[in-house]
Formats: sequence, C-alpha cells, structure tokens
Amino acid sequence: MSAVAVDQQAPRRNPLVAALAFAKRHVLTVYSLLFFAYLLLPIGVVVVFSFNHPSGKFNYVWQGFTWNNWIHWDGVPGIRSAIVLSLEVALIASVVATALGTLIALALVRYSFRTRAATNILIFLPLSTPEIVLGASLLTLFLNLSFVTFGLWTILIAHIMFCISFAVVTVKARLVGFDRHLEEAAMDLGANEWTTFHKVTLPLIAPAILAALLLCFAISIDDFVVTYFNSGNRVTFPLFVWGAARIGAPPQVNVIGTAIFVVALTAMLVNVLLQARRSKGAA
Amino acid sequence: MGFFHRHRGLTPYLLLAPGILWLAVFFVVPLGFLAYQSLETGNIDFGYAFNWAWGNYSTAIRQYRPQFIRSLEYAGIATLLALVFGYPVAYWIAFRGGRWKNLLLLGIVAPFFVTYLIRTLAWQSILSDNGFVVRTLHQLHLLGSDGRLLNTSVAVVAGITYNFLPFMVLPLYVSLEQIDGRMIEAAEDLYASKLHAFLRVTLPLSLPGVVAGTLLTFIPAAGDFINAQLLGSPNNHMIGNVIQSKFLELTDYPAAAAMSFILMAAILVAVMVYARLVGTEQLTGTAV
Repeated sequence: MSAVAVDQQAPRRNPLVAALAFAKRHVLTVYSLLFFAYLLLPIGVVVVFSFNHPSGKFNYVWQGFTWNNWIHWDGVPGIRSAIVLSLEVALIASVVATALGTLIALALVRYSFRTRAATNILIFLPLSTPEIVLGASLLTLFLNLSFVTFGLWTILIAHIMFCISFAVVTVKARLVGFDRHLEEAAMDLGANEWTTFHKVTLPLIAPAILAALLLCFAISIDDFVVTYFNSGNRVTFPLFVWGAARIGAPPQVNVIGTAIFVVALTAMLVNVLLQARRSKGAA
Repeated sequence: MGFFHRHRGLTPYLLLAPGILWLAVFFVVPLGFLAYQSLETGNIDFGYAFNWAWGNYSTAIRQYRPQFIRSLEYAGIATLLALVFGYPVAYWIAFRGGRWKNLLLLGIVAPFFVTYLIRTLAWQSILSDNGFVVRTLHQLHLLGSDGRLLNTSVAVVAGITYNFLPFMVLPLYVSLEQIDGRMIEAAEDLYASKLHAFLRVTLPLSLPGVVAGTLLTFIPAAGDFINAQLLGSPNNHMIGNVIQSKFLELTDYPAAAAMSFILMAAILVAVMVYARLVGTEQLTGTAV
C-alpha cells in the first residue's frame, strides 16, 4: 500500500515533525484510541468512585480512598433485596425466554408453514418498539385486569416478553449455518426424532443457546424502563439506583455496578479467548 | 414420537405455540388495550369511559408539541453524531483490527456491561459544575464563567449519543467487515484515489450497516427519558418524560396512551422518510 512509500520518505529527525508525521500517518488509529478512551471514561469513573470516601450525600467529588464501600456493599437499606430480586428475575426470565425462543427459532429455520412471514414480523416488532411503549402497554393491560397484583409475576412476564425476540434472533443465526446432513445421517442410522434432537441437534446449537441465555440475562438485569412501569412496589437493582439518584446515589451503587461489569467482562473475555483458540485449532 | 410422525404438519405450530402465545398475550393484546385506553375519557377516581375520544390525540399534540419535536430533534442529532463519530472506528476495527478484532468489539460493547442508569449517573458527575470537564472549559474560556453543561440540551444529547453508540458501531462494523478487500483494490488499480475509492466503493457497500445502525440508535433514543431526567432540566424534557409522569405520577392514562401512539407514529414516519432518502441516494450512488 502507499503508506509504505510515505514511511520511507521521512528522513528528518526533528521529534516534533516526527510526532506530527506519525499522527498524520496514523490519524485513524489515533482517533480510534481516543474514541475508546471516551467510551471507557464513564466506566473508569464508576470504578474509581466505588472507592471514594464521600463526606456528604453526593458521591461527586473525590475525597479519599477507602475499602469501606466494598466491605459494606450492602450497608445501604434496600440494596441487598434489590440485588436478590434482580438476580432472581434475570435467572428465571432468561431461562424461560431462551427456551421459548429456541423453539421458535427451530420452527422458523426447520419447517415451512403458512404463518411464517407473520411470525417473523411478530418477532421483529418488539425489538423495534420503544421500551416506554412496551412498558406502558403492558401496564395498561394489567391495570384493566382487576385480578392482577403488581410484583414479581408482572416483572417476570414483562422481562420474558422482551427477551424472547433476542433469544430467537441469537439461536436462529446459529441454526441457519447448520449442516442438516448430520441429522439425516443420525436418522438413517435408525435414531428417532427425539434421539436425533438431543444427541445431535442440541449439542450443536448449545453454544447459541448459551449465548442467548447470557444475552437475556444481561438485558433483564439491566432493564429499567419496562420494569419501572410494571413492578408495583417491588424494587429491582436499576429501580433502586433510580430512587437513590434523586437523593444522591451512595458509593455502594458504584460497587455493585463495578461488580456486574467485572463479571460480565470476564464472561465475555473467556468467550473471546475460547473462540480464538478454537479458530486457531481449526486452522 | 408416533404422534409427531402422524402429524408432521403440526410440528412447527407446536414449536411456535408457547413463545408466540406469550408475545400475543403480553405484547399484541396490550397494544390493543393501550389503543382502547387512548380513546377513553375520565380519571382514576371516577373511572374511565370509552367514547372514541380522538380529542386526546389533538390535545396531546397541542399541549406537548415542544416535547415531541425535542424528542425527534435530540434523537436525530444523537444518531447523526453516533454515525459520524462511530463510522471511522468501525472502519478501523474492520480493516485494521487484524487479530484484535474480537477484543476491540468487546471494548465497543463494554459500556453495556455497566448498568444503564449507573453509566448515565457517571456522566452526571463528569459533566457536573465542579467536574474536570467544566473546569477545563472555564479555564480555556470556551464556556462563560457561569456557563454549565449539566442540565443543558448539550448534556442530554451527549448522554443519548454515548448510551446508544454501540448500537451504531456494531452494524457498521458487520457491513464493513463483509466488504471484499479486492473490490477496493480493483478501484485503486483503476486509478481511483483513496478518497474516491472510499466514496464510490466502500461507503455504498456499507450502506446496509448505516441504515441498520441508524434505526437501532434512533428508535430507542426517541423514546428515551432517562438521559433527559438525569442530565437535563425540565426545559430539556422529552416526550418519554411526559408519558412516564402521566402514567406513573398523574395517572392520566388516556392522555399518556395517546402520546405513546403518537410517539410510535412519529418514529414510523421518520423511519419511512429516512428509508426513502437512503433508498434514492443508494440508487443514484450505483447509477453514477
């Protein structure tokens, strides 16, 4: 490429000129690194301020280092129950939504049926509807059904609803590139449909199912808007943060935020490294 | 399993049934309830009555026109900023990322691993009056001595841009990554300048990513109320703030329901206008 030619005609050694020449040649790289710095800046703030020792209500200005917030991570009334509820909801919602979504994905990729186009639209619509409309419409439904009491069940119904489409899309992507001959071979060798499914199909799409589970879990545990409309007086972790923000969020909020970040990042890093190793092994 | 063999045609419907039923009952039916509620009159104490109250819609538009316009404006600007700032990075990862691609993509989605509200609160502290950004701007006299960022439209748009950036960069990356490098080489072999090759080959080929990224950013941005609430003043409130308070604080359900539908309609119109624009541009781009 022509960048090589530019490289060779830079004989002068003035450091300023050299730095400018470097910046000019690598302008895209420099820009991208700045972009990443911008992207990661708020994350850094969240982590750093989880160690702050605030003097007043507001955790805005750096006052001094302390481990206290981490040791007493549940030292704020209500934070522990909020985290427990969020984990509970995310666990149940991601399992149910992934199960329902996997079945839909199997039907969409494997079979031809008349309502296929309509099904695709129904899967796509929740993804392209603003969250506030999802939350508001579900609230209207529950308000009109007098037997509904808001709480764990209404939160779960809402989370499963908006997770299903994500699960379908994730599993479908994997199924499309799937070699059907493997299943046909199993059937030819005398396996029935069920045996074929759990001995051949399931192991092959397991990574996609795991990915869908993780995605649904992450979306559920982070959701604020839809939950806000349908939680009654139950408080999930994002709702706790919202309430705390009005009077000044305590540093414990940063502690939990950092913990969630580290867990999610580690899970993804392991995934990326495993993929890299697998593709290296295949090459 | 004998059942499945005898009724093979039924299998797809049995697989679909539970999930589709869930979406029908908890997504489609609620939209029907919302539509019904938007045409009611009354209040929470004396109950609501359905009487085709189309007036709810005209009243909502008349009373909250600034918030509607502001929502589309903020979301539009944020989407444009995300596209302009995100495109070079998506390009860099796709063409220069090499074996670090997956790791760099992880960096792009890293903000998503911090709870939405918490990362917005982080921006609140970064942009606050005694934060380093405002102090630096004061020192450089780029901001008047009483100037501030928090509680301004700048902060709200910046927050929206930041929060939805990954939705823009990921589809851009996917479409750029799929481009066959030989196409660009061919253009350069045929004496296209680098800029020309980019404008005539790379950019048109990445348009699907631009369209997907724009929609994925614009739609949630237009309905957002968290950034306006945490980073703006009431003067920066968007229609999401109004819908939220009408539903949850004022219990004015019919008005809030009508506004939800107007928001959806406005987004739909904006998306269609955009599709038109991009569609024709794409046509002229390939025709030249």
